[in-house]
Amino acid sequence: MNITVTVNGETATHDVEPRLLLVHYLRDVVGLTGTNVGCDTSSCGACTVHVGGESVKSCTMLAVQADGADITTIEGLAQGDVLHPMQRAFRENHGLQCGFCTPGMVMAAVSLLEEHPHPTEAEVREGLEGNLCRCTGYHNIVKAVLAAADAGDSGAAATGSPGVAGRVPASAGAPS
Amino acid sequence: MTTVEASAGGGPVLGTRLRRREDGALLTGESRFVADLAVPGALHLALVRSPHALARIVDVDVSGALAMPGVVAAFSGADLRDEWAGPLPCGWPVTAEMKQPAHLPLAVERACYVGDAVAVVVATSEYAAHDAADAVTVTYEPLPAVVDLEQALTDEVVVHPELGTNVAYTWELAPDDAAVDAAFASAAHVVDARYVQQRLIPAAMEPRGVLVVPEPFGGSFTVYSATQIPHILRVMLALTAGVPETDLRVVAPAVGGGFGSKLNVYAEEVLALALARRLRRPVRWIEERTENAQATIQGRGQIQHVELAADAEGKVTAVRVRLTADMGAYLQLVTPGIPLLGAFLYSGVYDVPAYSFRCTSVFTTATPTDAYRGAGRPEATYAIERAMDTLARRVGVAPEEIRRRNFIGPDAFPYTSVAGLVYDSGNYAGALDRCLALAGYDALRAEQQRRRAAGGTRQLGIGISSYFEMCGLAPSRVLASLNYTAGGWEAASVRILPTGKVEVVTGTSPHGQGHETSWAMIVADRLGISPDDVDVIHSDTARAPYGLDTYGSRSLAVGGTAVAMATDRVVDKARRLAAHQLEVAEEDLELAGGVFAVRGSPDRTMALAAVAFEAFTAHDLPDGMEPNLEASCHFDPPNFTFPFGTHLAVVELDTDTGKVSLVAYHAVDDCGVQVNPMIVEGQVHGGVVQGAAQALWEEAAYDTEGNLLSATLMDYLVPSAAEVPSITTASTVTPSPTNVLGVKGVGEAGTIGAAPAVINAVVDALSPFGIEDIAMPASPQRVWRAIEDARRRGTHPTSTAATDDTTTQATSTKET
Ligand code: FES
Ligand code: FES
Repeated sequence: MNITVTVNGETATHDVEPRLLLVHYLRDVVGLTGTNVGCDTSSCGACTVHVGGESVKSCTMLAVQADGADITTIEGLAQGDVLHPMQRAFRENHGLQCGFCTPGMVMAAVSLLEEHPHPTEAEVREGLEGNLCRCTGYHNIVKAVLAAADAGDSGAAATGSPGVAGRVPASAGAPS
Repeated sequence: MTTVEASAGGGPVLGTRLRRREDGALLTGESRFVADLAVPGALHLALVRSPHALARIVDVDVSGALAMPGVVAAFSGADLRDEWAGPLPCGWPVTAEMKQPAHLPLAVERACYVGDAVAVVVATSEYAAHDAADAVTVTYEPLPAVVDLEQALTDEVVVHPELGTNVAYTWELAPDDAAVDAAFASAAHVVDARYVQQRLIPAAMEPRGVLVVPEPFGGSFTVYSATQIPHILRVMLALTAGVPETDLRVVAPAVGGGFGSKLNVYAEEVLALALARRLRRPVRWIEERTENAQATIQGRGQIQHVELAADAEGKVTAVRVRLTADMGAYLQLVTPGIPLLGAFLYSGVYDVPAYSFRCTSVFTTATPTDAYRGAGRPEATYAIERAMDTLARRVGVAPEEIRRRNFIGPDAFPYTSVAGLVYDSGNYAGALDRCLALAGYDALRAEQQRRRAAGGTRQLGIGISSYFEMCGLAPSRVLASLNYTAGGWEAASVRILPTGKVEVVTGTSPHGQGHETSWAMIVADRLGISPDDVDVIHSDTARAPYGLDTYGSRSLAVGGTAVAMATDRVVDKARRLAAHQLEVAEEDLELAGGVFAVRGSPDRTMALAAVAFEAFTAHDLPDGMEPNLEASCHFDPPNFTFPFGTHLAVVELDTDTGKVSLVAYHAVDDCGVQVNPMIVEGQVHGGVVQGAAQALWEEAAYDTEGNLLSATLMDYLVPSAAEVPSITTASTVTPSPTNVLGVKGVGEAGTIGAAPAVINAVVDALSPFGIEDIAMPASPQRVWRAIEDARRRGTHPTSTAATDDTTTQATSTKET
């Protein structure tokens, strides 16, 4: 079955099996392996991407259901070498250790702030409930998300559209 | 990548919160985990696993699978019987008499746990392989299962009939039983407790995976594995698959957590290698989450019978431990050794004069157990720290007071424990005091009293645990005395390249711990250069040929020390060369900021980079000096290190529903000198949540037929951010005298401290009901039932002393 999907700004058409999961489409067909698979029961959130601006666990969706959709994966978040503020906040606050949950966690966190730009700690914790991390105990993840929200307040962050949310100009920070 | 906060001029870097160089690639999706490695033409494996806990394999028919599209091959265990040069390895035969069942990558005659692999399908895609695995027909003759440890001890069902018994071994550390008996005979107070360490699923977020690529010429293989132990794996693959070690390169690419579960040699790794050899094609296998639950090792699985004897003041006079440990169906890499890692720790941070430990380890028809974060040490710490709380109640003093009465004093180090360890350094009372202050202990107790007096349903519980552990595994001679078949050294080499950049090769294999950052900091600190100029190479046996990998909180204490010592050796050589070229005595040279300067004439200098270039050209070396600036170190630690600390948990317990909420957690840890406090705190945070998870949520539960009831992340309750609080951390620093860095290790500390702190808090909240113990995990149902039972017994919420002077047995039977 042919589907046409825009991933990180690039539109392509592929012939896919109807049962192919979106996460496998992204990883195996498009070749973007930043989105991880951590479970088979939609429990871990490692596969979280943005579909039409909404955060979605890409293992819960068939590729064919994404026909016509605009998708952002972790690879589409930074602008060149300039990390997205959420990525920077994770790095600044040591919000990752092994990094396996990180792509999904960051994508979920970006969505969270789009919906609640000024969350409390409790709201961050509730909001990330669908994303499991085995390494960090969440402490620094929560700290990172709150820091990213603060950074957004301070005017460093810009527009709200997925993929470009809160991007910092190259001159503003110390990107990696 | 550049690193923020890197001090380009070589300012102090050790002890700073340098951001991790690992993060950039992980945050952008560039990192490659095994499943991300795209190798054209790779074949995919799917395993057929036993649905029975114990069964005779009558017949395996793969013809159905072979007829499926995309299938290249399919094999039963019998088909591959001759592929193996040896069984799956167990590297820790703890006694000469230990019983060890045959364990092949695919079972041939009997399947011994649900998930035991009995056949394999090889296909051109993962989907095709899994479809075809369903078409393999296996005929089983199911046999009765045995999952309960005490039932297994009866040998009514014997897992491996050829062994004649389920007892794998018995082991003891009982220097003076008569002294222990005498202490109990004259004790004023006795605690007699039975604790169940439920089985846990390590649940690293990245499941296991392996990819074996036959190299085009010469018959060698590159093995990419989601492993903590590429070096050990290489040796073991050579022995089990019969491939010369020289033909094997093992690479651990980005690895998504391990916690001990990837410290093993697994059937799938050996199978992938054997099939790549047989089919001459790249072969990969990626674990599914349910396989991860069933066929990756599990942790804990012990029944502990712990007795304390104490005098009238509560001074402990003896500790007696009788342990039954669940091996599961087979002995994996270090399965039998896990109880031994705890055996030395049951006297805890206390000055205990008499000790007796005996352990019986048994086979059951369940997933093999092995090292899971802490590996034996959380179990031991749980037992002593829970028992100390019970003792405090018997004596009628506060939990912090019973600990103070028994602590080993700060002046007693090095302290030789009754179990024979020599504790390197410590200040246990210091950590306790610090933790109580950090938590605002008095205010917490006042709030608890207020709530108790008010009589509402949301009661507060406060629990502390003062832990220590043995890390830096380990002095090779000590390992030899414990029948461990490898050493405990670690290797490093450091070379200063002609351009002045530094290459560090380490034998450790990080999978989240940030070694690249920390090792660069260690080297930069010693050379006085920027960490950005230091590259760290690891986890690839072709580039880092020597190593014993990452587990047991050993990496910094052993591997980091090796890096520091190798750096010092390079500096020694550089100093000799610089002295020669500057025509001064070596003693007259000072190294600072990456530059050798002559003492007293600071304008006469030679930068390290210039020395390296001179060493490279070799135009003017001192007589007898070899070219290039390179040195290595194989560091075998003289002793373990002994990190310690005190943790304090605060829970809110709903007496109507039994729900326990962890509302605050305070951790004071002393891991010696800290290379990067940010990374130390991260290790504590993650460790604490894993320990708290054992206390409150996680259990690998089996039914009596041996089915794992928690085989998915829906049933196995790995906590999310919503279940846990932020964690307050602080540290004390007591350097270890056993290594040049003064470091101790921190990877497991959080897990070790947390479970007893949290359960002590739960029991503290329940104490007005006369409840002395609660089984882990303290689920709402379990807590609610305990309260109901207490109410039925008529123990009223105020009669805390109801059971104080009787020797009750605190039972915690496992519910399924
Ligand atoms: S892979 Fe776990 S939720 Fe999608
Ligand atoms: S950083 Fe390892 S799972 Fe989150």
